[in-house]
Amino acid sequence: MTGQEYAFAVLALVGTVSAIRLVTAKNVVHAALYLVVTLSVVGGVYLLLAAEFVGWVQILIYVGAIVILFLFGLMLTRAPIGREALDNQQRGIAFLIGLGVLGGLVFLIQGAFSWSGPRLRPSVGTTAELGQSLFRQWVLPFEAVSFLLLAALIGAVVLSRRDDRP
Amino acid sequence: MSATGIGPGFTRLAWVVAVLPLVSAALTLFFGKRTPGRGWIYGVTAVGAGFVLSLLVLWHFVQGGGATSSSVSWFTIGPLHVEAGQFVDGLTAIMLIVVTGISLAVHVYSIGYMQGDVRFTWFYVVLSVFTAAMLDVVIADNLIQLLVGWEVMGLCSYLLIGHWWEERINSNAAIKAFITTRIGDVPFMFGIFVLIAATGFHSASIQQVGELVGGADVSRGLVSVAALLLFGGTIGKSAQFPLHVWLPDAMQGPTPVSALIHAATMVAAGVYLVGRLYSVFLHAAPEVLRFVGVIGGITMFGAALLALVQDDIKRVLAYSTVSQLAYMVTAMSVGPPGRDAAFFHLFTHAFFKALLFLGAGCLIHAVHSNNMSEMGGLWRRMPVTFWTFAFGSAALAGVPPLAGFWSKDELLVAASKGHAVVFTLMLVTALVTAFYTTRMVMQTFFGPYRGHGEPHEAPAVMTGPLVALAFGTITVGFLGAAVTGGVFFKWVFFEAPEPVTFVLWVVTLSILAAGLGILAGWYVYRDQPEPDPAFQLGWLSSLLVNKFYLDEVYMHGIVLPVRDRASAAVVWFDRNVIDGVVNGTARLTKDLALGTDVFDRTVVDGAVNGVAQTAGFTGGLLRYLQSGNVQRYAAFLFVGVLVLAIVITRV
Amino acid sequence: MIRLPLVLFFSAALFSTGVYGVLARRNAVLVLMSIELMLNAVNVNLVAFSQFWHDVTGQVFALFVIAVAAAEVGIGLAIVILIYRNRETINVDEVNLLKW
Repeated sequence: MTGQEYAFAVLALVGTVSAIRLVTAKNVVHAALYLVVTLSVVGGVYLLLAAEFVGWVQILIYVGAIVILFLFGLMLTRAPIGREALDNQQRGIAFLIGLGVLGGLVFLIQGAFSWSGPRLRPSVGTTAELGQSLFRQWVLPFEAVSFLLLAALIGAVVLSRRDDRP
Repeated sequence: MSATGIGPGFTRLAWVVAVLPLVSAALTLFFGKRTPGRGWIYGVTAVGAGFVLSLLVLWHFVQGGGATSSSVSWFTIGPLHVEAGQFVDGLTAIMLIVVTGISLAVHVYSIGYMQGDVRFTWFYVVLSVFTAAMLDVVIADNLIQLLVGWEVMGLCSYLLIGHWWEERINSNAAIKAFITTRIGDVPFMFGIFVLIAATGFHSASIQQVGELVGGADVSRGLVSVAALLLFGGTIGKSAQFPLHVWLPDAMQGPTPVSALIHAATMVAAGVYLVGRLYSVFLHAAPEVLRFVGVIGGITMFGAALLALVQDDIKRVLAYSTVSQLAYMVTAMSVGPPGRDAAFFHLFTHAFFKALLFLGAGCLIHAVHSNNMSEMGGLWRRMPVTFWTFAFGSAALAGVPPLAGFWSKDELLVAASKGHAVVFTLMLVTALVTAFYTTRMVMQTFFGPYRGHGEPHEAPAVMTGPLVALAFGTITVGFLGAAVTGGVFFKWVFFEAPEPVTFVLWVVTLSILAAGLGILAGWYVYRDQPEPDPAFQLGWLSSLLVNKFYLDEVYMHGIVLPVRDRASAAVVWFDRNVIDGVVNGTARLTKDLALGTDVFDRTVVDGAVNGVAQTAGFTGGLLRYLQSGNVQRYAAFLFVGVLVLAIVITRV
Repeated sequence: MIRLPLVLFFSAALFSTGVYGVLARRNAVLVLMSIELMLNAVNVNLVAFSQFWHDVTGQVFALFVIAVAAAEVGIGLAIVILIYRNRETINVDEVNLLKW
């Protein structure tokens, strides 16, 4: 266990716990806050894995914008802020499925790499490398994504317009 | 007698005589009501033409030689081949003249007698059909054709007796006539079948049968059986004892019908039958002919006695007819000379009996009653009727030189040759005949008029035929008389013409008997004694008035037991057993149908509905998949992906 | 350095938690949040493998995922708001017009 591994272990623990709290919180705002924590932890993991651009983008976009969106959404839909049950009848099955998914994934992973597996030696991840790859090989998907964002933007505006023409 | 080829001239056309009335019947049926006069014109024309043609047939027959026949193929059943055709010999020619002549007289007479009748046109239709049927019997060359005409005659007789069927008594008489003759027709039919069988089922031709029975191939017993069975038909149709009971009741029909059918033609058919198939009778056991003679004798004498006590003039004539027919039958039993004599008597009897009936019709028409007790003193008011009736009665009584005398004489002559009992009986009956005939004339035409109303002479259309028939009564006798050569017997003979001889002692006895009878009748009835002496003979009177109680015997012995017991039994059987079977089958079918229905509803429909229900049920189960709940869909999705992932990567 | 399976286990944990959240939560916004969780788990996976294969493509794709996730959240929330406007509720249980 190296030092990074320890760090990673701590981060992973925090992230998992907050994720669990996210899906089980009774208070929607608490859930949103737990989301913030989880997203930040994930950002931290990125940094640990030497993916610096992705990490900061994560913080920027997710924590900075998306969480705000969620909070606005919660506010606009008068989400009940109180101790009401926020889970539905499917809880039991959902838990089982979740467990099953987890089990399946673990099974697959250990089948591929066994419990310890190879060690990562992060090498790539600098912004320059990312930029290079992005604007050379993957420029087309990049443009497509920008269209997608444009469409989403327009779509969101159109959708949430109040339809009160005279 | 053998038939040569197709005969000369008109003899070839004998069948036309029989067909003409059929055509006129059809015409009358379809157009009669619209024709002026309501349709008598067709019948009169047809029969009139037939009469002329019959004379021509006789004339050509006399010129040509021998009997002729021609026929066409009718039908074939197995080996039996039946033809339809004509057989023309002297007898045929004579019969044709008799039938068409009398029928013509009746057709003309009925124009007046049936005037205003409710079913005038229909009357003429049936009259024509009847004439056609009788002619068919007369010209038939085979037994099947004869049978057809025989049966059609029976039907027409029934229809005509019951012409005024609105009265119960008339329809009852018609039924009685039909059933009684039917009882005779059944053995007749079987007789025909026996004869056909004797030919080996090859043919029904009368000639072939005649030749066959004479040969050695056919057993005597078979021939005797056939003869007896055939005679059954005669007993029925010609009203011989014991089936004579229908003829007096048949007088309920219109008088022209009585004249034609029940005096001259249909009832003569039975006699004709015996004479036509005489070889069958000759070659049967001698007991058969003796039996024929016995029946004839009983009938002859008994009917004459019964005629004594009748008040209804038509009944006197009816019993007289029965008695005269029995004369012919008895004569037939004597042998071939008797056969020929019988045909001669048939010939003459047709004329004077028809005359008497038509005259009676005029009387009845005048006084509106059948009963002689309501007549009397009519000789002044109805002269034509009186004189013609007188001639007819004289002929019946056997007064020379009228026709009846000559024919009765021939009968006696035939019987005189070795048949003493028959001869004596004939003689005695002749006496009785003369007596009741005189009684009839005295009571009807002489003495004071005992009726009501104003009787007057009949119209010319009715007296005309009377005169014509009277003419015939006077003249035709000479055709067979010995003094004129007896040419009749050169035409009508069995195997060989017999010479007609004048036997003095027979003639004397015959005249004596007739004279005695007439005298006695005149003496007893000259003062119109009241009450009628005939009813004052104590037990004899009651026996005769009740017709020897024969009707009662039949009624209680046969009719009622059949109707009440046999019929009831058959009805019971029909209702319970047969209907039981039918209804049972129906019930079974219904139950089966019910069972099938239940099966269909529960099992079949159950299966079909079950399938539908299963589909619905599973659908109902499956619908829970479509909950509308997105998260549920997502759950399924994840499970599926998981499974897929594991399957793909590890399997 | 860090053993790969551990990172992958972490990603798996996040993912399955997200699955539970998608299936079990009533509030539509919370469901969207859980979806975000799942997407993040995927990203972690991508980045980990990118370092494993020494290929930056994984990280590029992680970027794309983030962009798409952002767009999706935007539209998703717009729709949720519309539903709220029409039905006064964003309880996914009650939005079941496509029920049988």
